[in-house]
Amino acid sequence: MNIHEYQAKEIFKKYGVPTPRGIVASTPEEAVEAAKELGGNLWVVKAQIHAGGRGLGGGVKLAKSLDEVKEWASKILGMTLVTHQTGPEGKVVHKVYIEEGADIQSEYYLGMVLDRAKEMPVMMASTEGGMEIEEVAAKSPEKIVKVAIDPTIGFQGFHGRKLAFGLGLPKEEIGTFIKFAKALYNVYMDNDAEMIEINPLIKTGDGKFLALDAKMGFDDNALYRHPDIEAMRDLTEEEPTEIEAKKYGLSYIKLDGNVGCMVNGAGLAMATMDIIKHEGGEPANFLDVGGGANPETVAKGFEIILKDPNVKAIFVNIFGGIVRCDRIANGILKATEMVDVKVPVVVRLDGTNAKEAAEILKNANIENIIPAKDLADGARKAVEAARG
Amino acid sequence: MSILVNKDTKVIVQGFTGKEGTFHSEQCMEYGTQIVGGVTPGKGGMEHLGKPVFNTVEEAVKNTGATVSMIFVPPAFVSDAVMEAADAGIELAVIITEGAPVKDMMYAKMYATKMGMKTIGPNCPGIITAEECKIGIMPGFIFKKGNVGLISKSGTLTYEASNQVVQEGYGITTAVGIGGDPIIGLSYKQLLPMFEADPETEAIVMIGEIGGTLEIEAAEFIKENIKKPVVAFIAGQTAPKGKRMGHAGAIISGGSGTAAEKMAALEAAGVSVVKSPADIGKTVAEVLKNK
Repeated sequence: MNIHEYQAKEIFKKYGVPTPRGIVASTPEEAVEAAKELGGNLWVVKAQIHAGGRGLGGGVKLAKSLDEVKEWASKILGMTLVTHQTGPEGKVVHKVYIEEGADIQSEYYLGMVLDRAKEMPVMMASTEGGMEIEEVAAKSPEKIVKVAIDPTIGFQGFHGRKLAFGLGLPKEEIGTFIKFAKALYNVYMDNDAEMIEINPLIKTGDGKFLALDAKMGFDDNALYRHPDIEAMRDLTEEEPTEIEAKKYGLSYIKLDGNVGCMVNGAGLAMATMDIIKHEGGEPANFLDVGGGANPETVAKGFEIILKDPNVKAIFVNIFGGIVRCDRIANGILKATEMVDVKVPVVVRLDGTNAKEAAEILKNANIENIIPAKDLADGARKAVEAARG
Repeated sequence: MSILVNKDTKVIVQGFTGKEGTFHSEQCMEYGTQIVGGVTPGKGGMEHLGKPVFNTVEEAVKNTGATVSMIFVPPAFVSDAVMEAADAGIELAVIITEGAPVKDMMYAKMYATKMGMKTIGPNCPGIITAEECKIGIMPGFIFKKGNVGLISKSGTLTYEASNQVVQEGYGITTAVGIGGDPIIGLSYKQLLPMFEADPETEAIVMIGEIGGTLEIEAAEFIKENIKKPVVAFIAGQTAPKGKRMGHAGAIISGGSGTAAEKMAALEAAGVSVVKSPADIGKTVAEVLKNK
C-alpha cells in the first residue's frame, strides 16, 4: 500500500525526520487559508497523487503571492496529471499540499528498501538529488552509496558515516545528517515500510537537512498491526476492479489484451498469461482465484473479467490441488446462472477430482463452454476463440 | 534417495489442531508421512488424529524425536513459531502460512540460520519426496517416483510441471516449493547442490518468476557447480512493471527482476530455458534422452 507525500511527512514528523512545514488542502480556498497559516511570501503548491514525476507533469508550482496560491490550486485540483509513472491515462488530483518555500543549497537522494539478496533493509544515498535512482544506478552507479543494516544491531553510527562521507559532506554536517538518517531508519522499521524515498533531500542555506519530497509504501501483510497507516489508504488511487476482487479473496490485475484468464495460483496465473502470448494472443488480465475458491468467488471472477469490454474469450486454467476441480466446475456452472457469460469459455481442469469435474461440465451441456485437454491446448483454443 | 526428507523423517505440526493444520496433516499421514505429533499451546496432553499434542515444540521434540516441523499457524504468529522450532532444535521448518509480514520473516530467518535450522517457505506448498514423504499441501498423487528434482516458487506451477514430467514417462525424486515471498528459506542456490549430490536425481527442473535476484544467483551457481541438466521456466514474461503479481515478491521494481533477464542469465549458464510452460515435460524428456 502506498500513501501520499503529505501523509508520509506526517509520519516523518512523529519520528523527528525534518520536513518543510506544510498543510494539505482540498479546495483553492483551503489552499489560501493554508498558505496564510504557514505565513511567509513563498509557497509551493504540490499535487498529491501516488506517482513520481509530478513536477514535470505540471503538478508542482511555486507561488509568490496568495493570489498565485489560489490560481495554482484551482488549476491543479481536479486536473488529470500525466507523469511517466501514471501511465498515459494519468491520475486525477484530489488534494494539494501547500508547503513553505525552502532555501535549497544542495539536493540529494535518500531512500530505503529491502535488499532481498542480503535479506535486510538497505539505505541508499546519492548526490544526484531529483534524478530517478534507477537512472542513476544505470548511468553512474558509483554515485550511489548503499549500506545494508542488520536489524538485530539497528542503525549504528558507522552506517551514517559511510553514507555521509560517501555523499562528500563536510565534517561539521555529518552529525546532523546521521541524526536524520537514523530517524528515517526508525520510520522504516517501526511502520513495516516496504519503501521510503526522499527525492530530493535538501540541505538549506543554514545547514539543515529537510525531506523536500516523501514517498512511502508499506508491506500489505503487516498492515493489520498499523491501523493508523491503513486509515491513510486512498482508494481513489487504486484500480476499482482490483479492490473489488480483493474483497472476494481474488487477486486481479487488468492488462490490455482480449483473452481473459482465471487461474489458481499466482505462478500458474502468470504462466497462463505467458502461454497465451506464446500462442499469439494477448492476455486481458492476471487473476488468481486463490486456495479458497468456491462457486461464489469463481462467479465473481467471471463478473470481474467481463467488466473489461475487450475480453473476447476466457481461459479457465485450474490445476486442482487445494482447490478441487469439481468445485471449480460447479462454480463455472453457477457463474453462468449468475452472470450472463456471452463469450466462449475455454476450460482446462486438471488435478484433484478432474474426472468428476469433466463429468459435471459435460452433463451441464452449455454451448459456449469449450473443454481443453491440457495447458497448451487450452491456450490455443482460447486465443482462437478470442479471434472470433 | 531424495533430498531433505524421506520415509523415515519424523514430522510434527505447529498449528496441528486448527482447520488447515488438521486437514493437511491428515492428508500427509494418508500419503505415508510420519507425523508423530503436533503443537498447539494450551492443548498439550490432548490427542489429535491419533497423535499427541504438546504445548511447546521443545516438549514435542523431546517426546517424539521429530526433526522436521510443518507450520500452519496464522501469519501474525508465524515468526514466533519458526523461532520456537529453531530454539527446540528442529532441523527443517516447512512454513506453509501465507501472509507473514516481511519484517517478521527477516528476524525469523536470521534466528533460524543462527541456530542451524533450515527453512522452506513461507507461503509455499511444502516439500515432497515422491511416494515417501509429503510435508505440505500439494496433491500427492501427481508426484510419481522418478529421477527429476524440482524446485519452484509457485505451487500450482509445481503440480503442472510434475504432471508434465510424469506424462512423459518420468517421475520426481523430491519437489520443493520454495515460495514467492520477498524473504524465503532454502532457495535454488542451496537446493541445487543437494540435487547434484543425490544419486537418484538425473535432471533438475527449476521454476522461477519475476522479482528479486534468486534465479540470477542460481544461474551463476549452476555455471560453476552443477553438472546435471537443468530445465527452467520463468513465469511473468508478460507481467507489467511495478505490479505485484499475486506473490508478495513477484514484482518488477525499477525495471529489474524481469523474466527476460533471468532467462538470459540461465541460458548463458547452459540451462535449457523453456518459453512456454507447456514445454517443461517435453524438454525434461529431451535432456534425459541426450544424457
